[in-house]
Amino acid sequence: MSQYSWPDPATQPLLGKKILRIDGPSKSSGRAKYTYDYNPDGLLAGKIVRCPYAHARITSIDTSAAEKMPGVKAIEIVQKPGTEIFWAGDEIVGVAAVDEGTAEDAVRAIKVGYEVLPHFVSDAEPPKNLAPDTGPISQDDFESMEDNQVPDDEAIAILKKQGVSFTADEKWYKSMEGEGTDPKVIAALRAAKVLPPSESKSPYKRTATQKQGDPDKAFASAAATHEGVYGVPCIVHCCMESHGSASEWGGSNDLTVHISTQNLSGIAAQMAEPLNTPAANIRVLQQNIGGGFGSKFAADRWDIVAAKLSKSAGGKPVKMMLTREEEFEVAGMRPSAYARVKLAADKSGKLVAWQSNSWGTGGMGGGGTPPIPYIFDVPNQRKQHTAVATNQGSARAWRAPNHPQAALITMAAFEDLAAQLKMDPVDMLRANMDILGPRAKTYAEELEIAEQLMGWKQNWHPRGDKTAGPVKRGLGLSIHTWGGRGHNSDQDLSIHPDGSVDLKVGSQDLGTGTRTIIAMVIADTLGIPLEQVTVHIGDNRYPPSGGSGGSTTVGGVSSAARRGAVDARDMLLEKVAPALKAKPEELEVANGVVRVKTDPSRSLSWKDACAKIGAVPLTVRGKNPDKSKPPDLTNSGVGGVQMADVSVDAETGIVRVNKMVAVQDCGLVVNVETAESQVKGALIMGISYALYEEKILDPVTGRVLNPNLEFYRLAGLNDVGELVVHMMTGKGYDDRGVIGLAEPPVVSPGAAISNAVANAIGVRVPFLPLTPARVIDALEQGGVA
Amino acid sequence: MADDRPRKPEDNSGVTRRDFMKVSAVGVAVPVVLGSVMDAAAEEVPIQGPGKVPITLQVNGKKLSAQLEPRVTLLDALRDNFDLTGAKRVCDRGACGACTVLMDGKPVYACAILAIDAQGRMITTIEALAEGDSLSPVMQAFVAHDAQQCGFCTPGFIVTTTNFLQKQPAPTAEEIRHGLSGNFCRCGTYDGIRAVALAHAGGKQS
Repeated sequence: MSQYSWPDPATQPLLGKKILRIDGPSKSSGRAKYTYDYNPDGLLAGKIVRCPYAHARITSIDTSAAEKMPGVKAIEIVQKPGTEIFWAGDEIVGVAAVDEGTAEDAVRAIKVGYEVLPHFVSDAEPPKNLAPDTGPISQDDFESMEDNQVPDDEAIAILKKQGVSFTADEKWYKSMEGEGTDPKVIAALRAAKVLPPSESKSPYKRTATQKQGDPDKAFASAAATHEGVYGVPCIVHCCMESHGSASEWGGSNDLTVHISTQNLSGIAAQMAEPLNTPAANIRVLQQNIGGGFGSKFAADRWDIVAAKLSKSAGGKPVKMMLTREEEFEVAGMRPSAYARVKLAADKSGKLVAWQSNSWGTGGMGGGGTPPIPYIFDVPNQRKQHTAVATNQGSARAWRAPNHPQAALITMAAFEDLAAQLKMDPVDMLRANMDILGPRAKTYAEELEIAEQLMGWKQNWHPRGDKTAGPVKRGLGLSIHTWGGRGHNSDQDLSIHPDGSVDLKVGSQDLGTGTRTIIAMVIADTLGIPLEQVTVHIGDNRYPPSGGSGGSTTVGGVSSAARRGAVDARDMLLEKVAPALKAKPEELEVANGVVRVKTDPSRSLSWKDACAKIGAVPLTVRGKNPDKSKPPDLTNSGVGGVQMADVSVDAETGIVRVNKMVAVQDCGLVVNVETAESQVKGALIMGISYALYEEKILDPVTGRVLNPNLEFYRLAGLNDVGELVVHMMTGKGYDDRGVIGLAEPPVVSPGAAISNAVANAIGVRVPFLPLTPARVIDALEQGGVA
Repeated sequence: MADDRPRKPEDNSGVTRRDFMKVSAVGVAVPVVLGSVMDAAAEEVPIQGPGKVPITLQVNGKKLSAQLEPRVTLLDALRDNFDLTGAKRVCDRGACGACTVLMDGKPVYACAILAIDAQGRMITTIEALAEGDSLSPVMQAFVAHDAQQCGFCTPGFIVTTTNFLQKQPAPTAEEIRHGLSGNFCRCGTYDGIRAVALAHAGGKQS
């Protein structure tokens, strides 16, 4: 049995060091090609006629004028007359033409008739006294119950009582099991009655109240109770490269798709059925992706349309990239979440009771349920959530789904309660360590480091900066967690007889440094320089690898790379052993040589050693063990602590972030350089959603009012203060294996910044983003100014 | 100040020649469509299009010609017709800077300029900033400071930064904040980009 376990990073030239990304030069020179850059001869431009109404029924479609236009090569009706449309921007007709201008003209020439229906786009607080929904549980409902960690016996009781409205395939059950759903719950799900879905016309879907302990008694005897309302609006992914793809057919049944995707190995299977083409005939390619953040897992309807248009146009390539406005309407968003919270503590600051009525929207599906109270296992709880269905494009996973909302709601209430108790929130957090779950020790260690890096003790003051002048300064904190166990990843590693090494895997590099991490692991394990390893990704003819979501890539690809490289190394040593007159187990690789461990003078250069391989390369399949087995090289569960230092101008309401501190655990850090970059990126994204971002829907037209980058504001370089990142390493961290990092650090910034603003001005700004208007409104209610 | 008074809508119809000149001087990309302005300018404006017209651009020291509709932007001409895809299309309305190129040595948003208006100007794209197969010093610095993640905004940022550092070789932190705030990045690489500019200034490397 080979020893796959990770070596001590201190003994390795690359592992755990700061290594620059290997694809850096291609990106900075502008030579890196993205899907949007695909530009073959004869390329046709794809465009889509989209519904201008938030709710309507198609009554007629007339494409005759467009068909006659010179340069129009194909037209594809996506949704037929009679179809009900539930959000503005939904796809109606696709067009392919010789260039974009012609395609846009054709879109304008297509006449679509609509019966306009009433729409609803408000995620304001639902009316009181709504009856709980007792209808059958949908697939979305169930997944959201699991996301929200509804206790198993409660979930089983609900399934028994209410039934389900769906039949799932085995693959789905397997995936739920893989994500940790208890087998007893799966059994209850399989046994549940299948009923027709509820026909309710109400946009509100109120879940049953969940209870734990005795909240009434706990509130009655608490030393302090705070009540507040908090929330986060819908925001958009805003990938720099919009969604889209280019499709072309070779022959009638052989498709090549260039697509901007986080899920390269999963695309062919999604396109096969709608295109009536075997997945085996669909080639999927992508070298670089301009951002995904959770919004690019699917072969979208526009991708299918592009492929159909290409087929109609005789197989010519059709490129369909969304415009920025389309991105805002149909390409995904993060669900909103709001809550009225009542939180109580004893006089030591220990939380004793939580009550919440939460609501939010994620489009017609209603959106996710934030897992509140976040992290704190408050002993006595009563909570109830109402999903609001709105006529807007559906939510998609947005970096750490549901966690940033849950963190804001929980940590803001926590900090408000601390202020009421006149406690330093750091002390109050320490008073609650025993209800912080499995990562409590991590939080305790991180809190100490964050406190130092922020100068918390010197700079923190009780709520409300009492210094003179309009600019008030404050500090805030938050904590977060995430799973992040590595996904499945199959990789083919070849050592060639000339000493060169390459690896093929159907993965993708979102800018996180996936290529670099794989190359580092291979190079260290084989004892050769990084430059000698070539990593091929971005082609579904390579062995399949999981989608890059939920912080699963680094753990997945690094573990499989390690396994493959260990096996390949051991095979090589067997071939080389006779030449060195030693047994294979007496040999080691290091610094570009194969040598006898006890007598390093008996050695062969890497090149000479590889010459012993023979005529064809030595190829090994690296593969992670089944998910049902306990993880070895990867793991699940990380903790992070963040602190924010802000200045608020109490006259203008403008908030500036002076400094952010992020102390983050992700198990064994493979590449400190790219890990720190990713945490800094998360802090910046967090500053952006904390201060600026909000998808605004017009109640009258049901359309997005700010579907562009002028009025949907992203943080710029000028908006970002000092960023301090500390990665937890060493004992207790390195030995846990490699764990994902993308999601966790983006969870806390909103809460930490909101808390810092409250600390500065002495009053809570209840909702993100913390715009000048909201700050001024809050100050009208009290505070320092 | 008089200029701060809210204007009634009808005020806009009486654009003075001085206002017009001020507007024109802001940048070639500002479309001015008021009939009265055309009269005031009193110049013959040749009608171009609809339909394709011959357009010749001076790009990276080469003359590039194509038949293009007058509505085609400089960005789309560069990307679609001349396969210079380093400049990216992100917002397509002059907000994000991902399409930044140099025009007569100044950084401009190529998505906000019509190709037909860019004729006779010297256009330089990211492709010409690299020195053969090797990287320019600013590109090298972006790699060395890991000032890129997905890389989609990177070419625009590098064109902007290159020009900024030529004008201000030793910028202060404050000058960097303002000089490089015309481009957006979604992955959050600003800290690395600041480090690039600070290192150039001989400041402390991060």
